[in-house]
Amino acid sequence: MAVAPGWWRRAWDHDLAWSFRRSPVTIVATLLTLACFGGAAFAPWLAPHNPFDLATLNLGDAFAPPAWIEGGQPRFVLGTDDQGRDVLSTIMHGARISLGVGLAAVAFSALLGVSLGLLCGYVGGRLDAFVMRVADIQLSFPAILIALLVDGVARVALPRETHDSIAIPVLIFSIGISGWVQYARTVRGSTLVEKNREYVQAARVIGRGPVAIMVHHVLPNVMGPVLVIGTIHIGTAIITEATLSFLGVGLPPTQPSLGTLIRVGNDFLFSGEWWITVFPGLALIVLVLSVNLLGDWLRDALNPKLR
Amino acid sequence: MPIDRDNRPLVRLIAVGRDFDVSRPWLNRVLEGAPRQLLRAVDGVSLEVQRGETLALVGESGCGKSTVARLIVGLYPASQGRIEFDGVDLASPGAFALRRRMQMIFQDPYASLNPRWRVRDIVAEPIRVLKLMASEREVAARVAELLQQVGLVADDGEKYPHEFSGGQRQRISIARALSGNPEFLVCDEPTSALDVSVQAQILNLMTDLQQRLGLTYLFISHNLAVVSHIADRVGVMYLGRLVETAAADDLFARPRHPYTRMLLDAIPDLEMTGKPRTPVAGEVPNPLDPPAGCAFHPRCPHANERCRSERPQAIASGSALVACHAVTEGRLQD
Amino acid sequence: MSAPLLEVRDLRVEFPTRRGTLVAVDGASLAIAPGEVLGVVGESGAGKSITGMAIIGLIEPPGRIAAGEIRFEGERIDRLPYEQMRRIRGRRIGAIFQDPLTSLNPLFTVGEQLTETILAHLEVTPAAARARALALLAEVGIPAPEGRIDHYPHQFSGGMRQRVVIALALAAEPRLIIADEPTTALDVSIQAQIIALLKRLARDHGTAVMLITHDMGVIAETADRVAVMYAGRIAEVGPVREVIHAPRHPYTTGLMGSIPKVAAPHGAPGAASAGRKRVPLAQIEGAMPRLNAIPQGCAFNPRCPRRFDRCLTERPELVAVGTNHVACWLYADRPR
Repeated sequence: MAVAPGWWRRAWDHDLAWSFRRSPVTIVATLLTLACFGGAAFAPWLAPHNPFDLATLNLGDAFAPPAWIEGGQPRFVLGTDDQGRDVLSTIMHGARISLGVGLAAVAFSALLGVSLGLLCGYVGGRLDAFVMRVADIQLSFPAILIALLVDGVARVALPRETHDSIAIPVLIFSIGISGWVQYARTVRGSTLVEKNREYVQAARVIGRGPVAIMVHHVLPNVMGPVLVIGTIHIGTAIITEATLSFLGVGLPPTQPSLGTLIRVGNDFLFSGEWWITVFPGLALIVLVLSVNLLGDWLRDALNPKLR
Repeated sequence: MPIDRDNRPLVRLIAVGRDFDVSRPWLNRVLEGAPRQLLRAVDGVSLEVQRGETLALVGESGCGKSTVARLIVGLYPASQGRIEFDGVDLASPGAFALRRRMQMIFQDPYASLNPRWRVRDIVAEPIRVLKLMASEREVAARVAELLQQVGLVADDGEKYPHEFSGGQRQRISIARALSGNPEFLVCDEPTSALDVSVQAQILNLMTDLQQRLGLTYLFISHNLAVVSHIADRVGVMYLGRLVETAAADDLFARPRHPYTRMLLDAIPDLEMTGKPRTPVAGEVPNPLDPPAGCAFHPRCPHANERCRSERPQAIASGSALVACHAVTEGRLQD
Repeated sequence: MSAPLLEVRDLRVEFPTRRGTLVAVDGASLAIAPGEVLGVVGESGAGKSITGMAIIGLIEPPGRIAAGEIRFEGERIDRLPYEQMRRIRGRRIGAIFQDPLTSLNPLFTVGEQLTETILAHLEVTPAAARARALALLAEVGIPAPEGRIDHYPHQFSGGMRQRVVIALALAAEPRLIIADEPTTALDVSIQAQIIALLKRLARDHGTAVMLITHDMGVIAETADRVAVMYAGRIAEVGPVREVIHAPRHPYTTGLMGSIPKVAAPHGAPGAASAGRKRVPLAQIEGAMPRLNAIPQGCAFNPRCPRRFDRCLTERPELVAVGTNHVACWLYADRPR
C-alpha cells in the first residue's frame, strides 16, 4: 500500500507517540495492560483449565496450594479453590468478565455523558439547566451508592428467576449510570468554548444544522479529554464492579468476576488457603494500576501546558 | 467589473437593531432582585450595499460593526427592523435559499478552520452541504481549482490547518467562502490578525477576486488605512449607531461627523508630516447605559443642549449621510 | 552619541524543541542611548519580543541565551543570578506589556501595587510612597486619582489600565523602559493617548524606551531610531525618518510598501474624485521562514526580489549605508 509508510511516519512522529517513547513507566503499563486484556480476552483458549466445565472438576484437587509450595501440583500453578478449580484459570475467566463489564459500563457512561454534555453545551437554556441540576444531585451521592441503588431496584422489579441471567446487563447499567456526570460536565464545558469559535459560526453560515455541527464539528474537538476520562474510568468501573460483587450484589458465583472470586476466597483466608483470594486480588491491582498509569500519561501527554 | 442592470441594492438594512440579554442567571436575578438587562449592540442601523461595491464599516471595539455582519449572514436574528437581500426579507420563510448566496470570512485564522478536518474537506463543505455537485470527482476538481485561485496548490488539500501560517489559513478561509459560488462576502476584520506584509497579500487577493468574480463585499475593520485602501463606501459606527456614511474618497477628504474627524486624527502619521496626532479625550461610554441624545456628546467638542437630549437622525450632507445636529445646523465648519 | 545606556551585542536566543532548535534571536546587536526611544519593528516571529525578554531576563526555560552579551550602564546583565536581576528589573529597567491585565494583580488595589513597588525600590516612608503613587497616577493622566487609587484593576477600562501599568513601570524612576506592544490591545483613539503619554514621560524623565511593536505608525510617531528585525536578525537600523522614507534593505522596502496608506490626506481639498482606481499594495511574496529552518546566507533571500548568488551562501553583517546600518549584500562594496 502506497500510503502506509506516510501514515506510519505520521503516527510515529506524532507528539503522543514521542511522549510515549520517552516514558518507560507508560511502556511497562501498556505491556501489562495488553497482557491483562489479552489473557482475559483469550481466556477460553489460553487458560490451562476450564473452571466451568463440571466434568473436568475433581473435588480431590480442592485446596491445592500454588505449585512452588510444599504439596502443590505443577498443573495448578496458582493452586486450586474449594471446588478444585484452577485459580489461574478462574482469574483469567474472572478478569474476562470484570473487563467486559468495565468496558461496557465505560462505553455506556461515555455515550450517555458525551451526548448529554454536547446537547447541553450546544443548546443551552432550560435543557442545560435541568440536566446539570440532575448531575449535581447525582454527584452528591457516592457512585457505589447509586450503583447499589439501581441494582437493588432492578432486583426487586425483576422476577427472581431472571436475576442470574440478567446480572451482567443490570451491573453494566448501574455502574454506567453512576459515571456519566463527569463526561457530561467535561464535554459541556468544552462545547461551550468550541461553539463560539469561528469554525462553528462558519458552518452555521454555510447552512449546516445543529445536529450536523455537533457531530461533525464540535464532537471531534471535545473528544481529547473524554479519552483521558474514559481510560481512568475503566479502572474505577472495574473496582466498582469488584466492590459490588464482593458485597454479593454483583455477579453470582456461577459467573464469577474478580470481585466474586475475592469474596468467595475471603472465606478461606484465615483457614490458611490464602491463595484463593490473594491472587485474584493481585490480578485486580495489576489490571487497575496499569490502566490508571496509562490514563495518567494520556492526560499529561494531551495537556499542552505540561509539555 | 460586471455591473448588474438592476439598480436595486443587493443588501439593505432598514432600522435594524439587536439586543443581547446580559442579565445575570435566572436564579441570581430572583435572589438578588436584579432586573433583566439588555445591551443594545446595534441600534437603528439603515444602510444599503450596492452590487459589486465594497462597503466598509469602521469603528472602535464594541461599536456593533461585527454584530451587523453577523445579523446579515443570519448568525443572530435581528431584534428590530428588517434585512433584505436582493429585495427579499431575510426573515421571511422563503429566504433560506438566499443564504447560500452570501458567505463570511472571519477574523481569526486560527479559530475559523476546524483543526480536525483536512483542508480539502473544509473547502468542500459548502459544496457538499449545498449539494452543488453530484460526484466526488467533481468536488475534488473544484477544490483544487479553488485552492489555486487563492494562491495555494492543490496538494495542500491533503494537509491539516495547523500546517499552515496565518496568511495561508486566511486563504483557505477565502477558498471555503468562495466554494459555494456566493455573490456577497461579509468579511469580519479579515486581516487584523495578520502581519502587514501578509495583510497586503490578502488585501490584494481580495481585490483581485472581487474583480474576477464580480463579488460584493461588506468589509468590517477598525483599521482606517486598510479601509481607505479597499472600500468604495464607508460607514462609521459608534455605540451601535451609524453616524456617517459616505464615499470613501469623500469621507477621508472631508469627514463631517465629529467622531469621524476624531478617528481620522488618530491615524498614526506614517508620512511624518510633523502634524501632531490629536489625542482625543475620554473613552467609549458603557454600552449598557448609553448617553441620552447623541451617543457621542460626552466626548464631542461641539455638543450643545440639543445634542444632550435629542437623538440626531441621518441627514444627507452633500453626498454623505450624517447623524449630527452640529452638521445639520451648520455649526461645524469643514 | 553618548555612551550607550544599553548595549546588546551578538545576542542569540535558542529554544530547544524536539523538532530541532529554534533560533529566535540570531546575532542581534543594538544600542540605546540615555533618553532615546528606540523602536523595534518586525512581524510575528521576527524575534523582537524575545529580544526584549532577554534584556529583562525573562526568557522562559528551556529557552536560553546561547551567545552574546547584554550590558546595561556598562554592567553585564545577561548572566546575573535571578535575585540580582529581579532587583534591576523594576528599579532600573521597567516593563510594559501588551495586555495590561497580566501585568496587574487582580487581588490588590492599584494603590497597593504602586506603593509596594515604590517601597521595594526606593527608601521612603509608606506615607511618602502613597503620595508618590498619587502623583504618578495624576502624571499618567488618570482623572481624580484620589478617588481611583483604591480601586481594583478590573474597575478600570483598558486604556486606563494601561496608564496604571505605565505608572507602575515608572514607579521606581527606571533608566530604561521595555515596552512590548503597549498599544496593540487598545482602540485607535486610546492608542494615540497612550503614545503621547509615553513620549512625554520619556522626555520629561529622561527615560530611554525600547518600543517593541509591529505597528510602523506607532514607531513613526514615537521613536527616534528604529531597528527592523527579520527572522531573529536585525535587517536595518537607523533614524526613524530615514528608515521610513528611504529604506535600504529590500525587506524594509517591501514592509513599508505593504502598509496601506490613507488615500487622500485628511483636509486636502478637492481630493474626492469620482473614479477610484485601486493600486495594489506592494507585496512581499512568501512567508517568514520557520525558526528551525532559516535559510542559508541572508535569511530574507527566498523572498527577496534583488537577491544574487552571494545572498544564498554568505550571511551579510550590518554595514553603514548613509545614516543607516543595513545587513544586505547590495551595499557590501560601498565605502563605509
